[in-house]
Amino acid sequence: MGQKTPLYQQHVSAGARIVDFGGWDMPIQYQSVIEEHHAVRQHAGVFDVSHMTIIDISGPDAKAYLQYLLANDVDRLAEDGKALYSAMLNEAGGVVDDLIVYRMAWGYRLVVNCATREKDLQWMALHAREFTVSLSERPELAILAVHGPESIDKVCSLLSADTAEKVKALGNFRGLEADGWFIARTGYTGERGLEILLPGEAAGTLWNQLLETGVKPIGLGARDTLRLEAGMNLYGHDMDESISPLAANMEQTISWEPQTRNFIGRSAVELHKQQQAAGELPVLVGLVMEARGVLREGMKIVCEVDGAAAEGIITSGTFSPTLKHSIALARLPTKAQNCQVDLRGKLTPVRIVKPNFVRFGKQVFA
Amino acid sequence: MSNIPEDLKYAATHEWVRVEEDGTVTVGITDHAQELLGDIVFIELPEEGRVVSAREEMSVVESVKAASDIYAPISGEIIAINEDLVDAPETVNSSPYDDGWFCKILPSDESELEELLSAEAYTDMCE
Repeated sequence: MGQKTPLYQQHVSAGARIVDFGGWDMPIQYQSVIEEHHAVRQHAGVFDVSHMTIIDISGPDAKAYLQYLLANDVDRLAEDGKALYSAMLNEAGGVVDDLIVYRMAWGYRLVVNCATREKDLQWMALHAREFTVSLSERPELAILAVHGPESIDKVCSLLSADTAEKVKALGNFRGLEADGWFIARTGYTGERGLEILLPGEAAGTLWNQLLETGVKPIGLGARDTLRLEAGMNLYGHDMDESISPLAANMEQTISWEPQTRNFIGRSAVELHKQQQAAGELPVLVGLVMEARGVLREGMKIVCEVDGAAAEGIITSGTFSPTLKHSIALARLPTKAQNCQVDLRGKLTPVRIVKPNFVRFGKQVFA
Repeated sequence: MSNIPEDLKYAATHEWVRVEEDGTVTVGITDHAQELLGDIVFIELPEEGRVVSAREEMSVVESVKAASDIYAPISGEIIAINEDLVDAPETVNSSPYDDGWFCKILPSDESELEELLSAEAYTDMCE
């Protein structure tokens, strides 16, 4: 028996198949992964992501601490409610975790992965010693992610007129606090939507109301196919402590300027940048296979670099319900060409594309 | 609870077998198997005319979640395949015992049918 979110009974009532996910009993699917996937792309779906870890950071050094802890620079958060995606690196420039940080009126709020919770908390506490900051985990909060073209309207129909108006006006990667809830335009699907952080005891009512307005419950199975179509990394699969963010398509999440900002892993990733310029660092690419079959994590890619045989590996793969063929993220040598996947012993051609397959319901790669 | 019809025979690897009046057998995968696999997106069917041995890999099913081998429950010649599954593999999810059949086999050794599981024995195995 694992830990249960405040919505566990709702999942069981909705017919979920429950699986262990990082020590939590979570819904993998309710009816069909593909139908749930289409519900988010075409209408609206709600995910219980309360298993994720929320850590609030306050105190006079909160900003300086995060500027040291994170590869992205919280100085870019120009106003309260704004969100930033960042890696937390180790000294060797490997990814300890990826996370979202929100600027709040009283400090900052981080949402990190559930499977990495303990090591993240230890890592963050270790590096907090030099700073006057307070770190507090918020296990009493639940998180509902509501995504899809109809999601914002559906959520707003359940809010007070005043709050609804403000939520509708939110830009992407912006959030607001209202009556103890934090509502932000962030997510993991490539669709418009909201993440709602609220007291656990209020989550069941919101969940039930969302379902009554026609929002479909979505399990972790469709969460994975949606994020992969959106080309978003999954920690522990597409990157981990042994992988540079530059080899995980996360270059945009590193703030190199100002050069005076010293963040953990900075000297290592500066070296990685030189290696990248010299073509020595692998790259995370998108792969498309239009033939029948499904690309899976761990499958070998054989390719050519400057005419010489080389190889790479699939870090995440699935069937894309939107595109109706398989897609994957793969780590390959730079300048890889003529890629083929070892598909159960049969070499099958795959095409390299930018690692972003579907946005707002439509194919985005050429 | 998954559906396990009384009148079929079962392999421990989750295939079902229906003995037809003409002595041929129809083969598919069970409701329990399709539930475990989840949404099926591709099916590689055996070639018509191929001769298979019992417990030999004859087909591959790819779901969103995983790829799975499907085994011949009895030895014989594949005399028909359900080509509708090529374009509509999800039929196996919605109708595993009827429209979702995989192939028909002309058995070469009918005594092998005795080695398959009854509905009751298969139910016990799934629990």
